[in-house]
Amino acid sequence: MAYNKRLDGRKTKELREMEARSGVIPNADGSAYFRVGNTVVYVAVYGPRPAPRFLANPTKGILRFHYNMMPFSGYGSRIRPGHKRRSQEIGKVMTGALEPVVDLSKYPNTIVDVFVELPQTDAGTRCAAISASSIALADAGIPMTDMVASVAVGQVDGTVVADLTYNEEAYDAIVSDIPVAVIHGSKEISLLQMDGEIKKEDLITALDMAVEVTEEIHCLQVEALTKRFMVQ
Amino acid sequence: MSNIHVEARQVVVPGQILATGMDHLPGDNTFRREEEIVAKRLGTVGTDGRVIKVTPLNGPYFPRVGDKIIGKVYDILMSGWRINTGSVYPAMLPVRDASNKFVKSENLRNLLDIGDFCVVKITKVSSQNMVDVGMRDPELHRLEGGRVIKINCNKVPRVIGKMGSMIGLIKKQTNADITVGQNGLVWIRADTPENEYRAENAIKIVNEHAHQSGLTEKVEAYLNGVQ
Repeated sequence: MAYNKRLDGRKTKELREMEARSGVIPNADGSAYFRVGNTVVYVAVYGPRPAPRFLANPTKGILRFHYNMMPFSGYGSRIRPGHKRRSQEIGKVMTGALEPVVDLSKYPNTIVDVFVELPQTDAGTRCAAISASSIALADAGIPMTDMVASVAVGQVDGTVVADLTYNEEAYDAIVSDIPVAVIHGSKEISLLQMDGEIKKEDLITALDMAVEVTEEIHCLQVEALTKRFMVQ
Repeated sequence: MSNIHVEARQVVVPGQILATGMDHLPGDNTFRREEEIVAKRLGTVGTDGRVIKVTPLNGPYFPRVGDKIIGKVYDILMSGWRINTGSVYPAMLPVRDASNKFVKSENLRNLLDIGDFCVVKITKVSSQNMVDVGMRDPELHRLEGGRVIKINCNKVPRVIGKMGSMIGLIKKQTNADITVGQNGLVWIRADTPENEYRAENAIKIVNEHAHQSGLTEKVEAYLNGVQ
């Protein structure tokens, strides 16, 4: 049976309900809260601060991500806290997604730490985290040439959809989940990963869809950053 | 023909296009991407003739030559002090730039001890952001008594005000000596602890509401309300 109607009743291009705020953690140099459906992410940025000797780069500053899902954030079963291969990998790909826009050339021998914490997850965590990190880095006053918005697209039983939930990822058919990060101005793709299978034509449709729907996320990011400074 | 796409004092985000065409020039915190001038930081837009610039709302202090800053001594070397500038890069204060008198290297503590605050001027910043500071001008000295508070370094111009109007108002109303460092550290010393506290709160009000208009009235209302 084809996947004509999405499990939560959304249209194929429709994103889950989103919410974004900046400056939510006063101790941090920059911070953001981002929610998409049931996926909630908090991001805190610290830095630029002196880089440890073994990491320091004398030509530019370093961007480093720490991704973490909280023990209670899944669907009941406890997520073992601590360092994991998965979080290390996601930290790595997030750095890759944001490095093209973050300009730390004026800050040699320093490091900018971005801490990503997920109190609740329902798929699309790395995408939500990238969108939130972009807000938090701008809030921290880090020089950036552009903003990055991210969304997962994919195919569920032959239908190309945007912003998959956990239930859609686990749907009992051929499914693919493709997290994409899009640089707003140039529409370049700075993150592209894939799980599952997809046809070539569907992949092209899905990527076009990602570029189109990230526009909506970008508007929310701008609002989250500027709203705080509007004169009442 | 060139077009400006934003209004003066509008809050812009990184990547936002401020103007198109070649008639304008990119200023601070902006860059040119082909025909467009694009913002590089979160801040408010300002124009200065043909130059479009962004005044940041947030972000770290970056040392610049000529800045008067308040630093904290955190280490003593053979012939000078290492000073925390409030930015990621520490500064070096050589003994010959600290005093006109001869100071023996074993007596450096008498002039400035670890933990002391001092008003210093940045004399040199290298390509790798190594900072040199000096303390020989009359207005540069070790700070004694009072308190040091930290504010957002991007709000320093608002705390000082046009021709020093805001800081003048606070000083007059609270009888306090105040030195504002470009790095966001502010030293306050008043005749009574109450006045010192009022001056501190007044500065914090400016820090929190710096992007709003009617700031002077707000500060005046606070200073007149709490005696």
